[in-house]
Order: sequence, then C-alpha cells, then structure tokens
Amino acid sequence: MHKIAAMGDKDSILGFKAIGFDIFPTGPIEELPGLLTKIVEDGYSLIYITEDTAVHISEEISRYRSSYFPAIILIPGTKGSLGIGMKAVKESVEKAVGADILSQND
Amino acid sequence: MARLNVNPTRMVLTNLKKRLKTARRGHKLLKDKRDELMKKFLEVVRENRKEREIVEKMLMDVHSRFVMARALMSDAHLEEALIYPKQKVTLKASSRNVMSVEVPVFEFSTEGQSEGDIFPYGFANTSGELDGAIVALSEVLPHLLRLAELEKTAQLMADEIEKTRRRVNALEYVMIPNMEETIKYIVMKLDENERGNLTRLMKVKDMMLEQAHSYKNK
Repeated sequence: MHKIAAMGDKDSILGFKAIGFDIFPTGPIEELPGLLTKIVEDGYSLIYITEDTAVHISEEISRYRSSYFPAIILIPGTKGSLGIGMKAVKESVEKAVGADILSQND
Repeated sequence: MARLNVNPTRMVLTNLKKRLKTARRGHKLLKDKRDELMKKFLEVVRENRKEREIVEKMLMDVHSRFVMARALMSDAHLEEALIYPKQKVTLKASSRNVMSVEVPVFEFSTEGQSEGDIFPYGFANTSGELDGAIVALSEVLPHLLRLAELEKTAQLMADEIEKTRRRVNALEYVMIPNMEETIKYIVMKLDENERGNLTRLMKVKDMMLEQAHSYKNK
C-alpha cells in the first residue's frame, strides 16, 4: 500500500490532512533536504510539495526525477502559483524533443 | 570518419558485414521506437499541461477558502478540527508499459465512515468556510492523483526518449559510417592483394616461358 505525503508551509498543506494525506510542515530552509530525504525513506511514493518550498530544494527533487518512485509533484502554495510546476513540464518537453514546442499555444 | 582497427582479412569482412546488417536493423527499430515514443509523449504532455492548469486553479480556490476559514477561526481551533482525519486515502500503484517504458498508474480509494461525510470535526466549533474548503479540496483529489500519474509518466518518457535518441544518433552517425568505411577499406585492400598476386603470377609465367623456350614474350 502506498502512502501520500504533502510537504510545505503549514498554512498551505493543513487542509490535506483532512482528505487523508500525511502532512509534513516545513521548518527552516536548512532542514528541507533532510526532511525530504526522511519522507522518501519513510516509503511515501507520492509527495506533493508546495512551489515555494520546492524552490529551495530543486536539486534534491531533480534527483528523484528519473526514478520510478517517489513521484514528486509540485503544487501551488498559498502565495499562488510561481510557474515552477509548469516549468518542470516544459523541461520534460525540452529534454525529449530538444525544444519547447508546446508553449507557443499559450 | 575513423576506420575501425581491424585486420583486412576475409573473415573480418564477413563478420563486419553481419554486424553492419544488425546495426542497420537496430537503427531502424530504434528509430521507430523513438517516433512512437515521441507521439505518445506529446499526448501525455498535452494532457499533463491541461491537468496542471486545472489543479492549480482548483488549489488556488481551496487556498482562498482556507484563508477565509482561518480568518474566522483561531489557529488552534483550526488545527484541532483537522488533526484527526476521518478519511483515509489508500493508493494503489500498478504500472503500465508504454513502448517498454514502465509508467505508474495510480488508483486510489478513500476509506471513510460514510460517503459524503468527510468532515473530521463537529460543526459546533468550526466555521462554514472550512466545510467549503474541505469539500473543494476533496474534489481536487482525483485531479491531483491524475496529475501525479501524468507528470511522472512524462518525466520517465522524456528520459527514455532522450536515451533512445542518443542511441539512434550514435548508430546513424558513428557506428554505421565507421563500419561502412572499414568494409570499404578491407574490400579495397583485398582487391589490391588480388591484383598484386595476379601481376606476380603473370611475371613468373613470363620468366618460366623465357627459361624453357628462351623466347621473349614481348
């Protein structure tokens, strides 16, 4: 059975607790990589991270990009979408095609 | 193009020809794989973008509802209301094979006491805004999981496409031209040996005729 985690500032993720996710409120920036590692090691296979948290640990997140599990998905936090999640989609396209061929239609 | 470092013999030539044939076939197959992967990938990515837009919009709505709820309730009350969830999400992950890329498929089921009763709190101490926020959030849930599935699929496929593209290019621009050149080199070398041999034989014949009949073949 797989578990779902939500990581981010407390205000953004508190609600996820109600729908059955396990939430991991973030502390200071220095502790973020450790927290992510801990979540992964605890066996969560689906991790939602708020964008404003993800900015600080993009390196750690990209490490899990090519592995099957865990799937790390960026979601907008309370401050609104920063466009990082969409950027990740664009990066996938660029990696596969060599150029971003989809963004001209927005 | 660099020629492979081999001895110009007939055996090596046969082997090389076999390898070239295999390489050509592999190249064709990989090229087909790449094209098909690309087709599938673009489908996934298009859907991924759409799903992400939906999720982002819905989540912003949820957040604004939560902000309202937070404004009306104290932090302690809010936390207390949410601390013990009634609903439990169990996630089943199976995998699907898309052109030999294993991609995840998420299925989820929610376990709650009863359908439609997802509020983990009594209504006495909470505000109505919180109910709205929770309902909105539970509506995002299927989209969130679909997004996760699509995004992971896109990432895994992008990796595979990159790998396949490299292989195709390596075969097309390095392996196959190298082998072709080496084959050409061996063929030329063998032909040259053959010509050298023929000339030598003719010369020997001339010399023998001269010895036997003391007659000069001009």
